[in-house]
Amino acid sequence: MTAYNSTMILAILPEILLLVLGVLVLLFDVVWKGEKRRALGWLTAGGTALISIVTLLIGRPGEPQSVFGGMLRFDWLGFAFKQIFLLGAIATALFMMDIEKLSRRGQAYALLLTATLGMSLMASAADLVMLYLAIETTSIPLYVLAGFLLDDDRSAEAGFKYLLFGAMTSAVLLYGFSLLYGFTGTTSLTSFVGSLPLALGLVFLIVVGLGFKISAVPFHFWAPDTYEGSPTPVAGFLSTASKAAGFAVLLRLFLTAFPQFVEQWAAVLAVLATVTMTVGNLLALAQKNIKRLLAYSSIAHAGYILIGVVAASKLGVASVIFYLIAYLLTNLAAFGIAAAFGRAAGSDEIASYAGLSRRSPGLAFAMLVAFLSLAGMPPFGGFIAKVLVFTAAVETGWVWLAVVGVVNSIIGLYYYLTVLKVVYLYRMEGENEEQYPIPLTRPYALALTTLSIAILVIGVLFAPWFDSASLAALNLF
Amino acid sequence: MTFPILSIIVFTPLVAGMLILLFPAERKTEVRVTALAAATFALFLSGWVYVQYLINNLTGYQFQEYVDWLPALGIGYHVGVDGMSTPLVLLTGVVMFTGVLISWGIEDRPREFFAFLFILAGGVFGVFVSLDLFQLFFFYEIAVFPMYLLIAIWGWVKTREYAAMKLTLYLFVGSVVSLVGALAMYWTSGMHTFDMLQLERAGFTPEFQRIWFLPVFLGFAVLGGIWPFHNWSPDGHVAAPTAVSMFHAGVLMKLGAFAALRVGIMLLPEGAKYWSWLIMAFAAIAVVYGAFIAFVQTDFKYMVGFSSVSHMGLVMLGFSTLNSQGLLGSGVQMFSHGVMTALFFAVVGMIYDRAHTREIPELGGMAKVMPFAAIGFIIGGLVSMGMPGFSGFVAEFPIFMGVWHVQPWVAIVASISIVITAAYIMRNIRDVFFRPMPEHLEGHIHDVNVLDKIAIVLLCLLMVGLGMIPSLMVPMVQSGVDNILRLLGGA
Repeated sequence: MTAYNSTMILAILPEILLLVLGVLVLLFDVVWKGEKRRALGWLTAGGTALISIVTLLIGRPGEPQSVFGGMLRFDWLGFAFKQIFLLGAIATALFMMDIEKLSRRGQAYALLLTATLGMSLMASAADLVMLYLAIETTSIPLYVLAGFLLDDDRSAEAGFKYLLFGAMTSAVLLYGFSLLYGFTGTTSLTSFVGSLPLALGLVFLIVVGLGFKISAVPFHFWAPDTYEGSPTPVAGFLSTASKAAGFAVLLRLFLTAFPQFVEQWAAVLAVLATVTMTVGNLLALAQKNIKRLLAYSSIAHAGYILIGVVAASKLGVASVIFYLIAYLLTNLAAFGIAAAFGRAAGSDEIASYAGLSRRSPGLAFAMLVAFLSLAGMPPFGGFIAKVLVFTAAVETGWVWLAVVGVVNSIIGLYYYLTVLKVVYLYRMEGENEEQYPIPLTRPYALALTTLSIAILVIGVLFAPWFDSASLAALNLF
Repeated sequence: MTFPILSIIVFTPLVAGMLILLFPAERKTEVRVTALAAATFALFLSGWVYVQYLINNLTGYQFQEYVDWLPALGIGYHVGVDGMSTPLVLLTGVVMFTGVLISWGIEDRPREFFAFLFILAGGVFGVFVSLDLFQLFFFYEIAVFPMYLLIAIWGWVKTREYAAMKLTLYLFVGSVVSLVGALAMYWTSGMHTFDMLQLERAGFTPEFQRIWFLPVFLGFAVLGGIWPFHNWSPDGHVAAPTAVSMFHAGVLMKLGAFAALRVGIMLLPEGAKYWSWLIMAFAAIAVVYGAFIAFVQTDFKYMVGFSSVSHMGLVMLGFSTLNSQGLLGSGVQMFSHGVMTALFFAVVGMIYDRAHTREIPELGGMAKVMPFAAIGFIIGGLVSMGMPGFSGFVAEFPIFMGVWHVQPWVAIVASISIVITAAYIMRNIRDVFFRPMPEHLEGHIHDVNVLDKIAIVLLCLLMVGLGMIPSLMVPMVQSGVDNILRLLGGA
């Protein structure tokens, strides 16, 4: 064990700062009283933004290296993902600020920060023990957040369901890790040397565990119920940052541990991607509740992202990272809109969105941007993200998978447009929408405007983001 | 660095659309004035490009601009126009301008209407000037999705939801099929670029071209209304509000034909030669079938919609000849039909706004109260029939000549459509404009306003001018055709 040096501090700089911020939030939770506590949200969001800026300025990795005795990797891949998580946390904190029973509770923000901390570790973990700890550090706060609204039965159900599924798949994952340790004789992530059936068995166990995190079919059953029941900003966080963390582990684990079996596990993941996209999109068609619709849509998106993983090339990994950035911005915006609308209108039913374009043209337009980006329409981020994963698939010869993805994006377009139709075309009963405006509080206005602009910017000026993603992808090859 | 005129043309409507969205909703007049100013500016610039191209006898790709977009994948922002696309840029400017004039009276959320219409227009301009395959898709999709909202929100109450969804899904399916083909081209070429001027020289193997030509060509041709994928188009035309129908039939269908030409035929010439018989068969069926269906319509707007299918069939027919006359005719036909059908839909819209019906048997006597609209429709009708002296003749005559060279009997069969077209156009002129007005309409119909008149005059002038002086356009299109023939011959 070498002595501590500055690189080690830099490697976990975001984690250290997140911890400090979490403690600060808990401290001010005691000090501030009543209405003042709403400022906890500003503190969390602002502090996280500051962490992001500080790490961007001084915490950038150089050559990839192992730190803390091989527990963590300090590289661009982890760095890129950490920025993604921080961004997700900022937006989620802003969205939480005006949710009743959530916004004035310091614990909620502290749990959010803890989960983000866990994700950061997930993205850079290079040791099985570390990885498992990171996953649990992420999951447990999220179980609590999902069930945070104790007097709401659906929220309690959401949290409980998430916990049960999470615990079960986590156990399977742990079993996979223990076998991996047994065969390689080391807990550090190294190339697995062994027979093909063994490798496939391990891949299967790991896919179960991570499939839950990224909500891939058939490990998706928790997602719609949990999203529907949990507080909307938390659902947004689950569907974006938490999913991105799952993909971070998936990429690092498979490309580091099983590079020589790439053909086999790529085939497994290709099937998984196909089923995930198709089932997610088909079930989304029938949804009446916006949060359930977004849940199935986020399942489908996990399928699209898996296409990039299947390609298992530099372009593939870069496209996954790019997709996750675009998707994070877009889906956070979508859930933010659902949260803003839900607290004003008191309903998450799609039918209740009728007349929204007259009640709040701005919110309706933000929804247009977010949903078209989800559908993969230019000039929004979702378009270029989809093109990139399909390009990666065609490059490595997965033409049929690209075609499946393309067909699925057509199905997707249908239900996204159906929601926009309600927003823009249908009217409220009585056709007096002007009397029911939807007030947007400052945190919502700030977050939604920023996200909408970001969706447009990433969709038009995509080169810098893609170059960063490519830089991160290089670390795996 | 030269003056980036094409970029300014593309971004004028996009920026104007965004600006309009920032206005308060109740500022309807300001919204309209801004829209008109932007449309006038775009029309002026596109006219300027056209005139420059014409008077300097330019050939090849002009006014080029290039900026790296995503260098890691060889994606660039590359614009430029040639003899084929310059008339289409002008056409878009004209239809956008007249579309704003005709839509002046829209009262339901004009802010959103003009914003979406302009985003659509920006996408259309973008496709016509694209020299990069990725960029072409980018703008193509931008041009497609606002259609959904424009039709679903401001369209004809009875069919708008159905028609809008049908149209969007058809076009989206077509474009993603083409996209897969484009990605295949990108990786197969091994050149690591989406630049079409370079992909032209990729030298794809004949087998590759034969496999991928049909998906790429037909994927785009869906938007060109090619039979048997034309089904969305009449429904879409009819359900759309007037300005959107004008855009849709006038410009968007050309977008499909143009992209099919640029990507399908020009990048995969060997595939085009191999499959030209199939395209010709589809096109010939569309020409005749569209004319017959138009003949039996009693709904005025459906009649115009099916006539568009028939006329766009002629464009595809010209493409399928792969010879000089046929392609020249198609190039001119795209412009001529765009202007003509925009005028048709404008007049239909004016009549519907006043009579509240489009059933031809219930209309009559419009010539007396709306003489401007009547004259406009008659001129459009003459263009549609291919009368000498009007732009339709300049376009259709070379197409039939070109087809005659390849397959004389197809030319004969297709020419049936001219007779049918003449029959239904003249019957409609008689019924709608010249027979006595039905009693229930008496006194309810008033003349069109001055903005509508400006639009009608502008559109008519273009058709007559081009018909009288074909050299205003033919040499330009010919230079574009020569370039295509070079690719076809060199492959």
